[in-house]
Amino acid sequence: MNLMEIFGMTALEIGKMIKERKISSPEVTRAYIEQIEKKDPQLNSFVSVCVDEAVKKAEEVQSRLDSGEELSALAGVPAAIKDNICTKDINTTCSSKMLESFKPPYNACVMERLEAAGAVILGKTNMDEFAMGGSTETSYFGPTKNPFDRERVPGGSSGGSAAAVAAGLAPYALGSDTGGSIRQPCSFCGVSGIKPTYGGVSRYGLVAFASSLDQIGPIGKDIKDCAEVLSVISGHDGRDSTSVRNAEYDFSDSFNEGIKGLKIGIPTNYYGEGLDPEVREAVLAAAETLKTLGAELYEFEMPIIEYAVPAYYIVACAEAGSNLSRYDGIKYGYRSDKGESLYDVFCNSRSEGFGMEVKRRIMLGSFVLSSGYYDAYYKKGLQTRRLIKDSFNSAFEKCDMILSPVAPTTAFRLGENVSDPLKMYLGDIYTVSVNLAGIPAVSVPCGFDGKGLPIGMQLIGQTFSEAKLVKAAFNYQMNTDHHKRAYEIMKGGVL
Amino acid sequence: MAWETVIGLEVHVELATKSKIFCSCTTEFGGEPNTHVCPVCSGLPGVLPTLNESVVEFAVKTGLATNCEITRFNKFDRKNYFYPDLPKAYQVSQLYLPICRNGHVDIEVNGTKKSIGIHEIHMEEDAGKLVHDPWEDSTLVDYNRCGVPLLEIVSEPDFRNADEVIAYLEKLRETLIYLGVSDCKMQEGSMRADVNLSVRPVGQTEFGTRTEMKNINSFKAISRAIVYEAKRQIEQIEMGKKVLQETRRWDENKDATYAMRSKENAQDYRYFPEPDLLPIEISEEWIERAKAEMPETAAQKRERYVKELGLTEYDARVLTAERALALLFESASDICKEPKEVCNLITGELMRLISESGTSADRIDIDPEKMARIITLTVKGRINRNAEKEVFEALFRENIEPEQYIKEKGLMMLEDDDLVNDTVDRVLSENPKSVEDFKNGKEKAFGFLVGQTMRALKGKANPQTVNKILREKLGSM
Repeated sequence: MNLMEIFGMTALEIGKMIKERKISSPEVTRAYIEQIEKKDPQLNSFVSVCVDEAVKKAEEVQSRLDSGEELSALAGVPAAIKDNICTKDINTTCSSKMLESFKPPYNACVMERLEAAGAVILGKTNMDEFAMGGSTETSYFGPTKNPFDRERVPGGSSGGSAAAVAAGLAPYALGSDTGGSIRQPCSFCGVSGIKPTYGGVSRYGLVAFASSLDQIGPIGKDIKDCAEVLSVISGHDGRDSTSVRNAEYDFSDSFNEGIKGLKIGIPTNYYGEGLDPEVREAVLAAAETLKTLGAELYEFEMPIIEYAVPAYYIVACAEAGSNLSRYDGIKYGYRSDKGESLYDVFCNSRSEGFGMEVKRRIMLGSFVLSSGYYDAYYKKGLQTRRLIKDSFNSAFEKCDMILSPVAPTTAFRLGENVSDPLKMYLGDIYTVSVNLAGIPAVSVPCGFDGKGLPIGMQLIGQTFSEAKLVKAAFNYQMNTDHHKRAYEIMKGGVL
Repeated sequence: MAWETVIGLEVHVELATKSKIFCSCTTEFGGEPNTHVCPVCSGLPGVLPTLNESVVEFAVKTGLATNCEITRFNKFDRKNYFYPDLPKAYQVSQLYLPICRNGHVDIEVNGTKKSIGIHEIHMEEDAGKLVHDPWEDSTLVDYNRCGVPLLEIVSEPDFRNADEVIAYLEKLRETLIYLGVSDCKMQEGSMRADVNLSVRPVGQTEFGTRTEMKNINSFKAISRAIVYEAKRQIEQIEMGKKVLQETRRWDENKDATYAMRSKENAQDYRYFPEPDLLPIEISEEWIERAKAEMPETAAQKRERYVKELGLTEYDARVLTAERALALLFESASDICKEPKEVCNLITGELMRLISESGTSADRIDIDPEKMARIITLTVKGRINRNAEKEVFEALFRENIEPEQYIKEKGLMMLEDDDLVNDTVDRVLSENPKSVEDFKNGKEKAFGFLVGQTMRALKGKANPQTVNKILREKLGSM
């Protein structure tokens, strides 16, 4: 076979070829590493590439397979990991100067599970600093570029993971989603992703941004890959108190059942002002496609959703401010050599080690929790969060899932929104409420705009309804080719 | 003008759980710096806490023992502040829903009884320790103590003098030790008290401005600090100055308090609910189970020792002064069924050995089973009282096997009546004068002959046997 073909294949296709001895894991791994070395300088989707470790691991997995060991469907298939997921003895930087040389002495729970499944880690992907941002431009290591148009952002914060999968530099990747950080870059890069139910995947080893919102999830070329990865990394973990017991995912019916009678809610107020008409058209066209596949569409108004963005930024920043306090220059990470006193060490290390956006959110978070402001901001934020949960719950009494855009626009230009945080934050309008409610959503490509940039849609469901969401997305992808066109289009560009 | 002192206490106790509150590291005191740590308690990026349930159990028991209401729906909160001994830069504590509320501890000072209100008790994690290295002129951090579970017991401002404070602390200490929830060692920092103190003219109902004295490390120092601080505040006011609301440190060497930080510099801890931990719901069954498991208090033990075991009030008090002594007493008595003998050996020999060896009573490590065996041998007349003391001392010092030791040292009483017979015969023939005296009615001579026989037998004969044989022989002479 032509080795180049593997860059267009899904992770499950590669895994099958490895299993059938048509290609070996070390061959695949070396090919991907070469491809990264050749192509990634144009994208900057990786922060670090683990050349030696990856090849060694691939050889080890291959010999286990050769000795007849039964491993997962992803055994020997390389993967890319967002750089806020702790990897033992491998730099985990969160794309921040603060953790530029931080090597965790332990593996995140998801890394242990990938390891057990025989995954091969290619490297760590670029992101917005500490996952704060929607464009991967706040990275200390420079922005990642959108493979469809290198003048544009890949989305964020998991921009490196989405760009790498879109450009064929990794068969699949892990990202994390606190307010849309998996779904929005998937939408901007024409790939698929899942933001799991809160508590579905252990957060142990995920460097915390906002503890009550963060979830790790998969990014792949199609939803089937994502489901496969999710079944590997999910499940109860005693080290994460918020990890849910007895909630294993079962995708066995997701790929052989139709969606006849599935009730899909269309929240009409999601499709109004502020939404790019091309995005609206593409998502509504997807609704029609789902209808022709047997789904029933149900239009309704989603109340109080306009408060989701402010509630999100209050809750997320409050938690972030506290979570990021540990970076004080004392124990690990960046320490300023300026200053005489303990106070100076704290201040200078943090002033020099954190970027603008991180500082902005720490200040916002400190403010909303300050004495005298707690009731007016943080408490209101929590109350709003409760109301948002309630409105999702009542929506799910009338429909199985909700179809919405992922982002109001397609990928914007590098630098376009950097100096306008408010505009950047409003870009999260369709995604943050899902995190506030702790419910799952999938993001899949559903078309392209006039500039040839991908458009994504999201399907939002009740807690632990991932199998149903995957079923709908899979049926959609079996009948459309938007998810396949990304790779074809890019062959003429980056690749 | 007559002044009244008003005092409230915040007492921190480290819980005697095996592992820390949010990870499985040991809570053992000491150890090389930074050896009792893991990614969780040293606050590495990405780690998460998991609650040690025995902390909740200990807190519930403490609440029950101090007559508190137990909060059924509990949450943890984060208290945010920067300090190098706090690796996460926040302490997980309870602000909004403390586990215990509205309790009281009853004390007695000079015969007067008083009830001290408990405002609340909450669970939290301890911080590390800063160690100053004067040689290098640098400060080092030891995270061993990070994450050791603490209870903070907050009293109402019900104290009026140092004696009440000390009586309360002693009662609290005794209660917690007997519950087994803490060893309450002030020297090792497992019990620490912050003293809030203000003064007001007698008769005034409003409180004066209070100061807080932190981490004073002995009962004696607390007492002296209270006396000093009350005097200082009264002097301030009488001089026409104001008492400032501030935190003050007690300087043991200078016998004075000095200001650490004022209210203007007070920290804003930005408390908010800890998102990494789920709320804890304490069920009725849980509380019932804790009640059923509540061990006997020191006072209950004292009463039982006197009423059921026939000990004196004084002995009961000595035995319960340390939980370790009471436990030793009970276990050994259970085995040998001779509570008075056990009591005598503890209050006499053991107390002497403890004070001579300079150890503290809570550190003694005596096998109650072996102790019981020694007492049984004594009671049965197999060894004499002096031998009992000697064997017990060897047990205390070297944990010997009593029977083996007795054999090796030849401390066993003789059971060979023939040998006693022969010896008595010899003694009688060697002391005709005494025999004569005895026959002439001098009872004293009998004592002399017993003594001579015992000496000849090196004290290893049963005195009753010697008495009996001697009388028989003298009677037939």
